[in-house]
Amino acid sequence: MKNKNAFWNFFASVKLALFNLIILAVASIAGTLIPQKEPAGRYIEIYGASVAKFFEILDFVDMYNSWWFLTMLVLLSLNLIVCSIDRIPNVWRLIVMNNLDTDPARLEKMKQGRAINTKDSVTDSARAMKDIMAKDGWKAEEAQIHNGIMLFAQKGSWTRLGAYIVHVSILIIFAGAIIGSLLGFKGSIMLKEKTTTNVIYEFGTNKVIPLGFDLRVDDFSLSFYPNGAPKEYRSDLTVLDGGNEVLTKSILVNDPLDYKGITFYQSSYQNYEEFLVTIKQDKTNQQQVFRITPGRQYTWGAANVTFGILNISPAQFGKLRYKIWFSDGNGPPSQFWMDDEKTVVIKRPENDYSFTAGQLYATGLQVAKDPGVWYVYTGCTLMILGLYVAFFMSHRRVWAFVSEDAKGSKIVLGGLSNKNKIGFERDFEKLVSKLQFDQDESKQQG
Amino acid sequence: MDSSQLLGFTTFAYLLASALYIAIFVFRAEKLGLLATVVACTAFLVQTAGLGLRWVESYQMGIGHAPLSNMYESLVFFSWTIIILYLFLEYKFKNRLIGTFAVPFSFLSMAYASFGTNIQQEIKPLVPALQSNWLIAHVVACFIGYAAFAVACGMGIMYLLKKKNEIKHGKEAAGNLISTLPDLKIIDDVIYKTIVFGFIWLSTGIITGAIWANSAWGTYWSWDPKETWSLITWFVYAVALHARFVRGWGGSRIAWLAIIGFLSVIFTYYGVNYLLSGLHSYAG
Ligand code: HEM
Repeated sequence: MKNKNAFWNFFASVKLALFNLIILAVASIAGTLIPQKEPAGRYIEIYGASVAKFFEILDFVDMYNSWWFLTMLVLLSLNLIVCSIDRIPNVWRLIVMNNLDTDPARLEKMKQGRAINTKDSVTDSARAMKDIMAKDGWKAEEAQIHNGIMLFAQKGSWTRLGAYIVHVSILIIFAGAIIGSLLGFKGSIMLKEKTTTNVIYEFGTNKVIPLGFDLRVDDFSLSFYPNGAPKEYRSDLTVLDGGNEVLTKSILVNDPLDYKGITFYQSSYQNYEEFLVTIKQDKTNQQQVFRITPGRQYTWGAANVTFGILNISPAQFGKLRYKIWFSDGNGPPSQFWMDDEKTVVIKRPENDYSFTAGQLYATGLQVAKDPGVWYVYTGCTLMILGLYVAFFMSHRRVWAFVSEDAKGSKIVLGGLSNKNKIGFERDFEKLVSKLQFDQDESKQQG
Repeated sequence: MDSSQLLGFTTFAYLLASALYIAIFVFRAEKLGLLATVVACTAFLVQTAGLGLRWVESYQMGIGHAPLSNMYESLVFFSWTIIILYLFLEYKFKNRLIGTFAVPFSFLSMAYASFGTNIQQEIKPLVPALQSNWLIAHVVACFIGYAAFAVACGMGIMYLLKKKNEIKHGKEAAGNLISTLPDLKIIDDVIYKTIVFGFIWLSTGIITGAIWANSAWGTYWSWDPKETWSLITWFVYAVALHARFVRGWGGSRIAWLAIIGFLSVIFTYYGVNYLLSGLHSYAG
């Protein structure tokens, strides 16, 4: 590897990785101490004009999106890529290496090394040894070398790649973030009940983004706990594509609606001094929706109905009660109190009417399209798997070399593990103890 | 008997346990060992019952949710996780001196939960943003990680004390107090292992937090101060792991990193809530 150029060596260094991580940490700290994305005036207020100017030049006011922060992330990625490419060939060699070639003399010198004598011939001992190994899950290969038989078995050779799985996962997460920021958008819209939109507005720029379909808000409702804390915000949404209703869903704060890769999140609401009234004439089943303001008279010509809200009074939890005035031209007009969002049946001489009234809300929707999010999630999953492999799994190798000696044959055992040496020692001892047990038995028989 | 009584009792039991473990170390009162373990186990069991009961009580109030939803509950959970980890280490290493550097963290966490002036102890209903299973996964994972880092920090302090003692009095300065601590190699190994364990859980915590944010707001990462600080903490421990694994760092330097890392944890957990502003609703 010494023939690589200076650029390569620079980026292949783990020292640089440590430096990168430390610098990223320090820069991130700065970003949590200096408020981000505030209006320019705020910075002048807090830090004075000259410091504010300095912050602006260096992009400290939107640090995490600044050229220099992104450059640091690019450096980290390059570092990761080059460092991994630099090391993977060696790791790969260890994974695919032919361990049957190992010099028998090395086995006894291993920390896990042991020699045992048996009375059986070399071939018999080797076969017995192979069976014993198989019982512990060590699938041995064998080869004829140095006048003897070498057996070799390994577990988890691939786990040497654990750290690289983690590193690749970081790159996949970055890739997902880049895909999201290039091909996706983040925006919002405030939409009154019973209205429809086919656009939303981008965060920060307020640019109009067409959805490519229509979204209608059928209803917004909110509820409270007895202590007055908010319990639920709910919007009933309908997606219309090409004029057809294709999807209806009630969204909650942690349960968004997704259509064609665009996701709508419940984020806020607003209430108005306007009211939605639905009147249904029971006999004809006709109905009509009105958006009204209190204190005014409204007419539904087709049914000869006139109505209005005379008075409003607050009830529990920010809800309202309404005093309604209603007439359909037959007999004296009806007047009554009703609760917000409730339906009242009005019995009139000629006809019954279902009357529903509710305060008009607008629901605040956060809207996101992020085609990168699944890359990010894949990267995250890989990262956890990779961390598990890197930390808790190990590459374990066991050798047994069987050769002839004066009384029969001699088995030399050796074992290596790249991590968790204590756990491996235990496994190795287990293997060896089985071996002795078998030997004793064969002695008794012999 | 309600959960607040059980948890109040827990606080005093941890105080007693801490005192016993410190006494074992300072007065070399090994005879107190069994008692210390019994008190710690009792405190742990009472606390488990307290947490369970608090969970049940929230359902009885009609606002049922896991007891992991505010600063108070997370402190109790933090203390609970530390004691589990510690009892595991005590069992594994058969050494109670580790307790001197671990059990007080459990006590401090409970004491702060019980007596901190800005901590509200009532069971509160969950506001809409907190109604998510990802949130539970997020809190559990983060606090297991934080607890491991607390233990690593305790071990770091222990390492540095012992190291200083050895430098001053020579390796075989037997007879003096600190030399009875476990072997430096063992402490070093425990520090590394607890950091590794914590790191996986912190990573899981950050990831589940991101998934939660994405399901609530459509953004998995927004550089909110709390998120950013958890990432800073993650960087610190990533540095510690690389320095050890690739550059062969060990001993005092890793011990210091364990302490620095935990300071970063405390700031993420506590400092951000009170000193910086952000989305997280754990304040108060
Ligand atoms: C520029 C950035 C980075 C570089 C150049 C780098 C390089 C390395 C190298 C060379 C190894 C040793 C691999 C081996 O010999 O098996 C390693 C291990 C590892 N890296 Fe990184 N790394 C970087 C960033 C990260 C980050 C941000 C993480 C975050 C989790 C990470 C996680 C790991 C893990 C978990 C291991 C295994 C450590 C162990 O087994 O103790 N790396 N890294």
